[in-house]
Amino acid sequence: MATIGTPVRRREDYRFLTGGGTYTDDINRPGQLYAYILRSPHAHAQIAGINTSAAQRAPGVVEVYTGKDMAADSVGGLPCGWQVHSKDGTPMAEPPHPVLAVDRVRYVGDPVAVVIADTLGQARDAAELVSVDYAEEPAAIDPVAALQPGAPQVNAEAPGNLCYDWQLGDLAAVEATFAKATRIVKLDLTNNRLVPNAMEPRAAIGEFNRATGEYTLYTTSQNPHVIRLLMGAFVLHIPESRLRVIAPDVGGGFGSKIYHYAEEAITTWAAGKVHRPVKWTAERSESFMSDAHGRDHVTHVELALDGQAKLLALKVSTIANMGAYLSTFAPCIPTYLYGTLLAGTYTTPAIYCETKAVFTHTVPVDAYRGAGRPEATFLLERIVDLAADEIGMDPAELRRRNFIPKDAYPYQTPVALQYDSGDYGATLELALKAADYQGFEARRRDAMARGKLRGIGIATYIEACGIAPSAVVGSLGARAGLFESAEVRVHPTGSVSILTGSHSHGQGHETTFSQLVADTLGIPLDSIEIVHGDTAKIPYGMGTYGSRSLAVGGSAIVKAMDKVVAKGRKIAAHLLEAAEADVEFKDGKFTVAGTDRSKTLGEVALTAYVPHNFPHEELEPGLDETAFYDPKNFTFPSGAHIAEVEIDLETGQVAVVNFTASDDFGRIINPLIVAGQVHGGLAQGIGQALLEGCVYDKASGQLLTGSYMDYAMPRADDLPAFALSTNTTLCTHNPLGVKGCGEAGAIGAPAAITNALVDALKPLGVRHLDMPATPEKLWRIIQQHRAPLAAE
Amino acid sequence: MQKTVSLTVNGKPVSATVEGRTLLVQLLREQLGLTGTHVGCDTSQCGACVVHVDGEAVKACTLLAVQADGHSVLTIEGVATGDTLHPMQEAFRNNHALQCGFCTPGMVMSALDLVKNNPNPTEREIREYLEGNLCRCTGYHNIVLAIAEGAAVMRGEAPPNVHGAAAE
Repeated sequence: MATIGTPVRRREDYRFLTGGGTYTDDINRPGQLYAYILRSPHAHAQIAGINTSAAQRAPGVVEVYTGKDMAADSVGGLPCGWQVHSKDGTPMAEPPHPVLAVDRVRYVGDPVAVVIADTLGQARDAAELVSVDYAEEPAAIDPVAALQPGAPQVNAEAPGNLCYDWQLGDLAAVEATFAKATRIVKLDLTNNRLVPNAMEPRAAIGEFNRATGEYTLYTTSQNPHVIRLLMGAFVLHIPESRLRVIAPDVGGGFGSKIYHYAEEAITTWAAGKVHRPVKWTAERSESFMSDAHGRDHVTHVELALDGQAKLLALKVSTIANMGAYLSTFAPCIPTYLYGTLLAGTYTTPAIYCETKAVFTHTVPVDAYRGAGRPEATFLLERIVDLAADEIGMDPAELRRRNFIPKDAYPYQTPVALQYDSGDYGATLELALKAADYQGFEARRRDAMARGKLRGIGIATYIEACGIAPSAVVGSLGARAGLFESAEVRVHPTGSVSILTGSHSHGQGHETTFSQLVADTLGIPLDSIEIVHGDTAKIPYGMGTYGSRSLAVGGSAIVKAMDKVVAKGRKIAAHLLEAAEADVEFKDGKFTVAGTDRSKTLGEVALTAYVPHNFPHEELEPGLDETAFYDPKNFTFPSGAHIAEVEIDLETGQVAVVNFTASDDFGRIINPLIVAGQVHGGLAQGIGQALLEGCVYDKASGQLLTGSYMDYAMPRADDLPAFALSTNTTLCTHNPLGVKGCGEAGAIGAPAAITNALVDALKPLGVRHLDMPATPEKLWRIIQQHRAPLAAE
Repeated sequence: MQKTVSLTVNGKPVSATVEGRTLLVQLLREQLGLTGTHVGCDTSQCGACVVHVDGEAVKACTLLAVQADGHSVLTIEGVATGDTLHPMQEAFRNNHALQCGFCTPGMVMSALDLVKNNPNPTEREIREYLEGNLCRCTGYHNIVLAIAEGAAVMRGEAPPNVHGAAAE
């Protein structure tokens, strides 16, 4: 029975619903000690000295280590995995990122010392006895101010706090086009800084086996092999053969668990010193000040149009906050995952983007769900809406006039990408119909009668997923390949283990990948096991981010299954005394074409492992194949999202009354799981638009939104029920035709919501709103601009 | 200061020696090995640690272990009957109401508390009740559907199967 395309319930749910999941903090190792990390209370200070002697003598304390101890042991800094070059060809400034600060702290939360004790309580108590002599200095917090002459300097290696000044596109062509444009629309906007907030706080357990010299790290990671490579090769100098990294059940990632973090190196290194396992688990307030943050752009954008409302040229200038140090993939986010997306769904012929990346005394910033693509979509869909408003045209109509036509694929954009497939017009029409766009004005009038300003907003988006062709990203500065691996192990009795380099931290791979295998090999779901997250078990894999698991990891599984079937056909041909070319594989059986003579996959597998009657001269025993899949191109999911909001005139409170998302994800394996991915992305996108904003005090650099008391996470009563639909065009270059669905919601929703709010506030003369549109912000706007309403 | 506490957990009597500052959630996770109850924050906001104490939903990060002395605690590990999921757990599975699974135990324990007090909650009542439970994965859409389904089954009605979900 075909399972692909059907809403199979998740195989992983039983353990999570019964308390049987195994997250890193659920693991306890014999003889385990606990680490407490002392962090800087200052945004910027020199460390004049650290006195650990009182802490060393405290009850239960085994060791206290500082940055000097690690430096003395030749521990390296945390490496950056992507090198971006500036306009003038010079490489980005890449300051050292010590695991524990040595002579200077650069953000509130920068790790300074680690206390290791028998219990967590003892470690925490003793940390209070560590005396750090800080000489506080002024901090650079605001990314625009940090680029001004005389701003406090974050890293000596980056004069003026500039990491790089990057560009993409043809500036001369853009300026020539602007010179002859009928209309030019300009906008200044910010993309608010966010804290990812996976519900499981990060955790790490380092372990060292004295007998074998082997290290094991249990960690909350989206990509254990990447951690093994970065930490082993660059930080602790442990060969792969003696370092095992295990990422067990992981409670959400959203990008924040891609990176190699200091605590992973600290616990692993310390375990080697004290010869006992060392466990660290973040408190939520530690997560706020140590998980890589997301977004944080300040942008000026200009759009040129002709007299028929055709987009002619786009010019974008962005300042992107990197924080105090470069996190693992930080440099590529506001460049190659941002500037390259600025064509969006449109035929704009000339595009130019420049990005200045700047260091500030804040937590490092890196990829967060969407990563660059939500920022590109937000500015593009805001300025397109603004253009429609200035022209006096329906924003849906302006979009229709400018969509890349569905017969134009493959479509080469002016910003390096080549889209393989899509049908943006039909997707938009699907969304407009589902949202009853035509009937909106009546709903607006009805709302006004109830004291509410109602607005509707459209956002279309394109994203580049399935990251990525290794040769392409290598030419753009990636220091890693971005293939994926899979091993398909058919066991003697016909059950199958799939060892995948992808990592599931909520995405449901155990179900989706099993459906893929069940349908291809013709075996029941419950005879399939999906193994992931352990470098000692799986082939070298790059992990899960950028909506890549099915497009890249799934394609690797398909490749490996193809090899299994090819070998199985040879074995079956031998057993059936037929020509290999006459043997067909279907529904789990190898059959001699046109006959009823067949062997099941199980029979072939048994023969492969008990090879008494076996073509030894031609084949090796066993039925176990590995494949690596390196994608030929990115995949390009796209969609149209429509938000409908009501703003309470008295309180500024926003209700999202309707949210419609129509998306093109290519082929869908499990619609239940795909819908769940969209729901979650939408919640994060709506959170960014209405609730979430990471705030630092601009003078002191203190993190003002450091807990769930201050940082507004979306709750159930902030969100509506979502109306979803899909309009499918297949990806043309991977064997499954899949595109990826993990980030779509977070990409489309911020612009859709903001466009709806601006539409609602149009009677008040409001032209733009920065996110998050909190009730306070809206209440102030309403108070300032209420006169026009009263006059009506 | 150490103290011995005796309580009933998932129907079984247990005793443990705890510090005065030990939280109920630490007792459950670290001393009793019941790691289904999770810790997701340090301000009693996220609800990943919700358990029932004497039948009432409580955030186990907000109660000292010594306060549970003599009381009866139900955790996620005690909700199913043998291998058979409770209707609320089954409803979460039917509706894909969990992704990473980290908030799930607290969500299920809260859902049971809601339905005990309000056997037929509306969508709005479910959303408002969940104010104390954060989920970062699902956008709550399917959690709301699951709780409505779980409540319906607990009232003796047939599950609606809104997704047409197929058994695996």
